[in-house]
Amino acid sequence: MLEAAKGYDPLLKRPLSIFRYNDGIIQFLYRIRGKGTKCISELRKDDVVQLLGPLGNCYPQPSGDFIVLAGGIGIASVFSLFEKYPGRAYVYCGSRNCEELLMLEDIKRLAKEVCVTTDDGSVCRAGLITEPFREFIESAAFSNNPLPIYACGPNPMLQVLSTIISDKKLECHVSLEEVMACGVGACLGCVCKTKSGYSRICKEGPVFKIEDIVWD
Amino acid sequence: MGLEKKNGVSKSGAGKPNLSVQIGGLKLKNPVMTASGTFGYGEEYAEFIDLNRLGAIVVKGLSPLPRQGNPVPRIIETPSGMLNAIGLQNIGVRAFISEKMPFLRQFNTPVIVNFFGDNVCEFEQAAEELSSTNGIHGLEMNISCPNKQAGWSVFGTDPKIMNEVVTAVRKKTNLPLIVKLSPNVTSIATMAKVAEDSGADAISLINTLTGMVIDVRSRKPVLANKIGGLSGPAVRPIAVRMVWEACRAVKIPVIGLGGIMETDDALEFIIAGASGIQIGTANFINPLATIQIIEGIENFMIDEGIGDINELIGSIRA
Ligand SMILES: Cc1cc2nc3c(=O)[nH]c(=O)nc-3n(C[C@H](O)[C@H](O)[C@H](O)COP(=O)(O)OP(=O)(O)OC[C@H]3O[C@@H](n4cnc5c(N)ncnc54)[C@H](O)[C@@H]3O)c2cc1C
Ligand SMILES: Cc1cc2nc3c(=O)[nH]c(=O)nc-3n(C[C@H](O)[C@H](O)[C@H](O)COP(=O)(O)O)c2cc1C
Ligand code: FES
Repeated sequence: MLEAAKGYDPLLKRPLSIFRYNDGIIQFLYRIRGKGTKCISELRKDDVVQLLGPLGNCYPQPSGDFIVLAGGIGIASVFSLFEKYPGRAYVYCGSRNCEELLMLEDIKRLAKEVCVTTDDGSVCRAGLITEPFREFIESAAFSNNPLPIYACGPNPMLQVLSTIISDKKLECHVSLEEVMACGVGACLGCVCKTKSGYSRICKEGPVFKIEDIVWD
Repeated sequence: MGLEKKNGVSKSGAGKPNLSVQIGGLKLKNPVMTASGTFGYGEEYAEFIDLNRLGAIVVKGLSPLPRQGNPVPRIIETPSGMLNAIGLQNIGVRAFISEKMPFLRQFNTPVIVNFFGDNVCEFEQAAEELSSTNGIHGLEMNISCPNKQAGWSVFGTDPKIMNEVVTAVRKKTNLPLIVKLSPNVTSIATMAKVAEDSGADAISLINTLTGMVIDVRSRKPVLANKIGGLSGPAVRPIAVRMVWEACRAVKIPVIGLGGIMETDDALEFIIAGASGIQIGTANFINPLATIQIIEGIENFMIDEGIGDINELIGSIRA
């Protein structure tokens, strides 16, 4: 949870994934969405900000190769996996347009294979990333050698993912988002529906096994 | 002896001021408590602060049976505040007693349990079960939560119904009973008096103010529950005014809350007449808020030469 501003407007801290962590330096990769992220973008060198974290869980360690499905800024949450396990990720990365396609060169360098789509077709294949992803999952090559899947992106994308893999016994973890106030499990604001009732995304998550999630 | 001030309190800290207060038979080491629903069951903040330093811990509202709460979105930020419609999600009285009380008993800080029910009978049931539990020092009745749809807010907004439910609960408990008032009423003084006359040992106020945010593009309310409760610094002037009015209406102790972010905010309530204060939304923004405010009050007293917090309570000047 990163402080958006001094003073009380914006009031709440904003949840951001740790994009990178190296030698005591934390990096964030974020999209300016509203007031809070706008304020964060106006920070300058030597400004002091409050950070509450790290909070919540993270993706489990893959034992071998793995697949990443990332939609939009969801790439921020999975990127560190590429750096930690270079040459092992099959990356499916979707974005609205080429401006919002971030870190592509680094991803290409670190991944085993990369497939990119943009909604408007401004670069790479046009359409939703879930389509080429589906083709891969349904291919004979994949069936013979199933891999764990890690995903982060908008809920509609994750829902499509859940139907694509629903009849396959695959290990699949997704990182969820919800508006947050406390970030530590106290306010019960950030819940998602799971098979055992509501879970707090900031505390029990943000990473959940996809089979535990109940989609509305 | 140039540093000495009245009551023997000095800037050198030779004599520490007395911060302890008495609230409806409950002795607190300082007036600073947590506000229900903003501090979980205590555990959530134990890694940030020493819970032993708090005046009291007020836990998330409990009902006799567990509650799922509302769908999301449950929160939305507003100018200098936030709206919430959690929908009173809680683990239920029984699970609280077996799963959360063992943790809370480790601290030498009184535990005040906030509770509610859908009807008088549920209120009585919760009060009875909680009162027979070791380690619970006080009860706070939430008769004011604006999160529930149809009919829920009546407990705290209708004097007759409020009298009925408080009188019923009073008969079921010997623990100090705090009635938490809703600000969504025409006359807070009237409601404060009703609580006192119905047997409350203290009152706390304010709970959240009912509010709404609409997304103009989709033309839909942003919260899944449509309406929610407003908290945070935006509500503070309203809360201070209401606490001041309530203090003039009753003889029982008053606990003030609503938008307290830092020491001076807390002092406003105390000067208006509050014997205790609660910190809510501020915990989300600064998990150290409670501790910093305890220290801030102490420093203010040293600076002002006040030896006992009771001299400050209700010391508002014309
Ligand atoms: C665990 C987690 C990790 C995240 N990591 C990143 C990251 O690495 N990079 C990044 O760019 N973003 C990330 N986000 C999303 C980010 O927190 C929101 O974009 C940000 O809080 C928006 O704040 P704002 O003040 O700019 O927008 P606001 O003015 O608060 O909101 C603008 C719009 O976005 C919606 N919104 C606000 N917060 C969220 C949210 N958390 N989820 C979904 N919709 C929201 C609002 O309802 C509104 O419609 C993450 C969210 C979570 C929960
Ligand atoms: C997320 C959230 C949950 C709350 N839950 C409860 C509750 O369960 N019972 C209750 O009496 N008040 C509840 N409240 C109200 C607070 O205890 C407090 O009265 C209110 O937020 C005003 O204080 P503040 O501005 O310091 O937050 C809740 C408030 C928030 C923000
Ligand atoms: S943000 Fe408060 S419980 Fe998750």
